[in-house]
Amino acid sequence: MAALWYVLLVSMLAGYLVLDGFDLGAGALHLFLGKNQSERQLLLRAIGPHWDGNEVWLIAAGGTLFFAFPAAYAAAFSGFYLPLTLVLWLLILRGIGVEFRGHLDDPLWQAFWDVIFSVASSLLAIVLGAALGNVLRGVPLDTHGHFFVPLWTDFRTGPAIGALDWYTVALALLAYAALAAHGARFLALRTEGALQARARRLGALFGWAVGPLTVFDLWATAHVRPDDAASFGRAPWALLGLGAALVGWIGGLALSARRRDGAAFLASALYLLGMFASVAIGIYPNLLPAPAGASGSLGIAATAAPEATLRAALTWWLVGMAIALVYVAATFRIFRAKVESGGEGY
Amino acid sequence: MPDALTVDRLQFAFTIIFHYLFPQLTMGLSLLLVVFKGLGLVRREQRFDEDARFLGRIFAINFAVGVVTGIPMEFQFGTNWSAFSAFAGGVVGQPLAMEGVFAFFLESSVLGLFLFGERRLGPLLHFGSALLLFFGSWLSGFFILATNAFLQHPVGHVAMPDGHLALSSLGALLGNPWLVWQFAHNMSAAAITGAFAVAALGAFYLLSGRHLAHGRDLLRAGVIVGLSFALFELFPSGDQQAQNVARFQPVALAAMEGLFHSKEGAALALIGQPDMATLELDNPIEVPKALSFLTYRRWGAEVRGLDSFPRDLWPDDVPLLYFAYHIMVGLGTAFIALMALAGLMLWRGRLERSRPLLWALLLALPFPYIATTAGWVTAELGRQPWLVYGLFRTSQGASPNVSSGNVVFTLLGFCGLYLLVGILYLFLVGREIARGPTLAL
Repeated sequence: MAALWYVLLVSMLAGYLVLDGFDLGAGALHLFLGKNQSERQLLLRAIGPHWDGNEVWLIAAGGTLFFAFPAAYAAAFSGFYLPLTLVLWLLILRGIGVEFRGHLDDPLWQAFWDVIFSVASSLLAIVLGAALGNVLRGVPLDTHGHFFVPLWTDFRTGPAIGALDWYTVALALLAYAALAAHGARFLALRTEGALQARARRLGALFGWAVGPLTVFDLWATAHVRPDDAASFGRAPWALLGLGAALVGWIGGLALSARRRDGAAFLASALYLLGMFASVAIGIYPNLLPAPAGASGSLGIAATAAPEATLRAALTWWLVGMAIALVYVAATFRIFRAKVESGGEGY
Repeated sequence: MPDALTVDRLQFAFTIIFHYLFPQLTMGLSLLLVVFKGLGLVRREQRFDEDARFLGRIFAINFAVGVVTGIPMEFQFGTNWSAFSAFAGGVVGQPLAMEGVFAFFLESSVLGLFLFGERRLGPLLHFGSALLLFFGSWLSGFFILATNAFLQHPVGHVAMPDGHLALSSLGALLGNPWLVWQFAHNMSAAAITGAFAVAALGAFYLLSGRHLAHGRDLLRAGVIVGLSFALFELFPSGDQQAQNVARFQPVALAAMEGLFHSKEGAALALIGQPDMATLELDNPIEVPKALSFLTYRRWGAEVRGLDSFPRDLWPDDVPLLYFAYHIMVGLGTAFIALMALAGLMLWRGRLERSRPLLWALLLALPFPYIATTAGWVTAELGRQPWLVYGLFRTSQGASPNVSSGNVVFTLLGFCGLYLLVGILYLFLVGREIARGPTLAL
């Protein structure tokens, strides 16, 4: 039952990554893509119907971690106290950036919120990558299962562990590039003309950058966790995720070049899912591994809520998430047209 | 330098009080949006749709601030209260996750349709989107209150061998006897906030001689809804909520009422200051025997005072709890008087011309916020010294691995950020009010 909930939790986080990923990526490119206020308004309109719902995936995943693995939730959220609080502040700034910008038709006002929105989106993409890096590298858990990481120490991966080191920064850069490419492909799907051409160009640029960054980060992971990388490589089915990522990466570039924007968007989603699945498989059966060579990893079994709790939650969770998927599909369907200026919207 | 626990409590209090200023209007206004969309549908008058559109623009700003200030609440259980999360997460995590899965997904999907889909959806479906928005926001309130009700009166749980709690019955958790009346009382308070805001808008337009037709709509709807819920707030919901406190948290009731000594035929203190040195109520103005009657429906019944409980079970801030409760009750009573008068004048057709009353309705705007905040301070201080009543003390709950310096840092950050958000909110809402309800679609 605990393993099942691990899969469900990972699938929620994967949903968050793919869905909020595209609007975070779109936000990161906001200033580069939109050359003037009306173009930037169009970009916001493209993600407008989606972004709030996409963010709910994070809230719902957080709630699921809370009740399914309370001890892991407690350890991780308090241990990453400072990085998580920064995430909260960025989410606040980004949210009001999107929502407040359109309420005043004034160039200074809109220029201000465009910058806030784009900077907060970029930093969130970076923090998400660094967060994955922290989980993969491991955290120094004490005998009570507690830890506390400062924002940075000496930028080495140990023994004085900080949230930012060369390894987590490398993952942060990959996350930025991958989400930017993902966001650009979404925007290419929803825009026309010069804006669309620019979105395709930036999508290709960041799409290509994802390749070498992925290779470097795979090498870095093997360097930081040599033992786990070796056992990971010996499990053939675990390589499936990386294979999917490879297919998604090549497919994204090829399809985007042929102007098949919808398919390219799905391909970059496949890349993200493949990479994330590899991470999830890699750390299993831990939720929060200790650093290489150290003991005290927080495992799924040790942190899971009791069997009965998890069994009771399964029914409503399946129903609720099925409904949530219907909302996602309906939103994509209702707002499938290219965005245009005038009329209703942000 | 205060210890981490104190700063953790301060940060939670500050962020939750600031946050809840917004959802209470969201939930209250969503009800009035349904009213105006319904009127537009039945009466087929353009004006009601304009009213709804106008309130919808304010709703959108308010909703956005409610969302962004709400996310830190869920996170804070883990960041600042990890010992509590590990202890009770298996239980309280579930209604919180259900709120995300059942309410937030619905709200976030429907909000865009309601705000930007009026032409695309047509009148009937647009009314439906308002109805779903109302349902989603009240459902969200239900799950949050289910979580709080568990902290106030834990049910549906079992203790595991490691001491942590597990959920034994989701049905019991969601059917908590505490929850029924807390939900009624709290949602009615949200409706009062919404109704007072709408009535104040109407009074403002009538007083300033602009948008008279819309002003009349807003005033009328605000007064009718406001009067109904102001009455319901006192009886039965407030009365029953107090009964629950008397039944499940008698020591909190004694502190709320400022009753230091157990007494038969206890008096109800209207005014007075708890003196923690002498353990008496200074300068009291009391209604003889009323507390006994209100609590047990018998004038001579004995009500237990604080002296019948060990000191370490007393709420740790008796004066603040006492004042918060009395502010809530005093304001709630004033709301009934004001809305009853306004309702009477409305019925006689003289409300629009009664400028003093319109002024009173305009200036009443902040007071439901104060009453609601005071009500929540009562609930949360009354629960002290427990985090989970009778099971887990607040002093056990904070994250042991997060130092007070780091919490001071984040508390200051939240203060600065929320100051900015608050100023921007007032600016934008003020601007929408200045632009008025007659903007074209």
